[in-house]
Amino acid sequence: MHIAMENITFGYDAATPVIRGVDLAVASGESIALAGPNGSGKSTLLKLVSGVLRPDSGAIEIDRVPIRALSVRQIARNLAMVAQERPVGFDFTVREVVAMGRIPHRARFARESVEDHLAIEQAMELADIRGLASRSIRAVSGGERQRVYLGMALAQQPRLLLLDEPTTHLDLRHQVQFMSIVQERSTAGMTVLIAIHDLTLAAQAAHRIALLSSGRLAVVGTPNEVLTQSNVKQVFGVEVTVGKHPKLGTVCVLPALTPRHS
Amino acid sequence: MAPVRRVARWGVWILAGLVPISLLAGIIVGPVMIPARDVAGSLIDSASDSVSPIHRVIVRRIRLPRVLLGFLVGSALAVSGVAMQGLFRNPLASPYVLGIASGASTGAALAILLAASSILFLPLGAFIGATVAILIVYGLSRGKDQRTSIFTLILSGVAVGALFSAATSFLIFLSSGGEKLSDVLFWIMGGLGRASWTSVGILAPIVCTGTVVVWALSRDLNALTLGEEGAFHVGVHPDSLARWLLGLTTVLTATAVAMAGTIGFIGLVIPHVARILVGPDHRRLVPVAALSGGCFLVWSDMAARIVFAPAELPVGVITAFLGAPFFLFLLKTRGARL
Repeated sequence: MHIAMENITFGYDAATPVIRGVDLAVASGESIALAGPNGSGKSTLLKLVSGVLRPDSGAIEIDRVPIRALSVRQIARNLAMVAQERPVGFDFTVREVVAMGRIPHRARFARESVEDHLAIEQAMELADIRGLASRSIRAVSGGERQRVYLGMALAQQPRLLLLDEPTTHLDLRHQVQFMSIVQERSTAGMTVLIAIHDLTLAAQAAHRIALLSSGRLAVVGTPNEVLTQSNVKQVFGVEVTVGKHPKLGTVCVLPALTPRHS
Repeated sequence: MAPVRRVARWGVWILAGLVPISLLAGIIVGPVMIPARDVAGSLIDSASDSVSPIHRVIVRRIRLPRVLLGFLVGSALAVSGVAMQGLFRNPLASPYVLGIASGASTGAALAILLAASSILFLPLGAFIGATVAILIVYGLSRGKDQRTSIFTLILSGVAVGALFSAATSFLIFLSSGGEKLSDVLFWIMGGLGRASWTSVGILAPIVCTGTVVVWALSRDLNALTLGEEGAFHVGVHPDSLARWLLGLTTVLTATAVAMAGTIGFIGLVIPHVARILVGPDHRRLVPVAALSGGCFLVWSDMAARIVFAPAELPVGVITAFLGAPFFLFLLKTRGARL
């Protein structure tokens, strides 16, 4: 699935634009990581792409169709979103939550079809949550819960997967587990746009990295091109050491603590 | 830990079986007990000699419309409660959270104080009061971007509710005692004493249609448990869903309250009971809440008629007396899992 953002601007109020003239094209099957400081506009950009927000100016097209022209349901059939956190309203089971991913594909009163059943089972397999199926969504750990919401997104069988800092609250094991699943889907051909803070993991999971700074795209390119000492210094205002992963050969960004009174 | 769903599959059918039993019991029990044989006789054959004429009149003119009205009002409040708790994703929401009850009370009080014969004006006044209240609340919650903020909706509901309660108190103060005062108070406490075939005739199509439409939205209500954006991402537009739910709740609650006063606790407690019985899936929750809400009010009204017979207790007292301890019991035993 191909996405084109052309010169989009957006502000929650007119005086303070949050996104200022972003141009970005995501090729079909490509995986792009959005990185940048807090408040640089990563989440807002994802909300614009997913149609939750509408740009003040500029155009967003999905497979050459303006997103404005699509209904909420048509959007949901093509793209899915995993947020940083979702409210846990009532006491649904994990499988019931994953099954909600089938809503855009199902008629209002339809029972679960064979197709739905297969999509749900496959999504639970991919997200590694088979064993949790009959547990309450309220009773699983934070790391497991994020995989449940990933499973729900996969049950939507989207062509574009959006992820908004999905691993921020997870421990190391769950981060690695989660990102491995995302990488697997990307390898299988799914288009992925992920906002993420961990630059080292981003370098492994994404084909390209886009660094956002105050609502503008500072740099876009392969991890090797983007994750340089000077770019990180410019965007985050932090001195880092950039190295190579001893086993994978991918870029590693290593920060160092800087005591103020040294 | 797996969620507790004791009677998930059979819940609807057990309740469906309980409905005719409740209605029949509601007709039999009262200050004058009517044998089941006479009930059947009065219902089936209007000219049978085997049934005493008094019993026939009580069954056909008084008890039958009364149990039917009770069932309809109970269903309307319970279904509205499910809709509001689903919309706000909050277990403490009730049909009255948006100021509907306060608005209706003000309207009813005005009707009682102004109109000499209030038989017709009372329900009309209550309905208008409820509608005015919710329109104000809804108007206040619309932002510049034309989107409804659910958070603002609750807050303006509380504020507008308080305003209308104050207006009602002021009207009561103006009435300076007397018969009209007790009329207003009795109406606020709620009761089915005004039941008639007319009220049943008005309420039945509204409650049936409203319940079916809420049930038709159950998939969307399920999606809304993921939050407004979560619902959007599975193809459910939260704004239009909110408008539907607010509209349906207003019509259901306002007509129910117009006929029977502000009966409390059904809209708050019955959705929880239903959730414990069949789980949070609205496709089962809505019909189960409708049936159990209806049955609960029929049994409560029965108690209201006989506890101090021949005097009649306001049924709102019974529902609160049963509902409040039960709700506290749920809070204590289920705590955060509510």
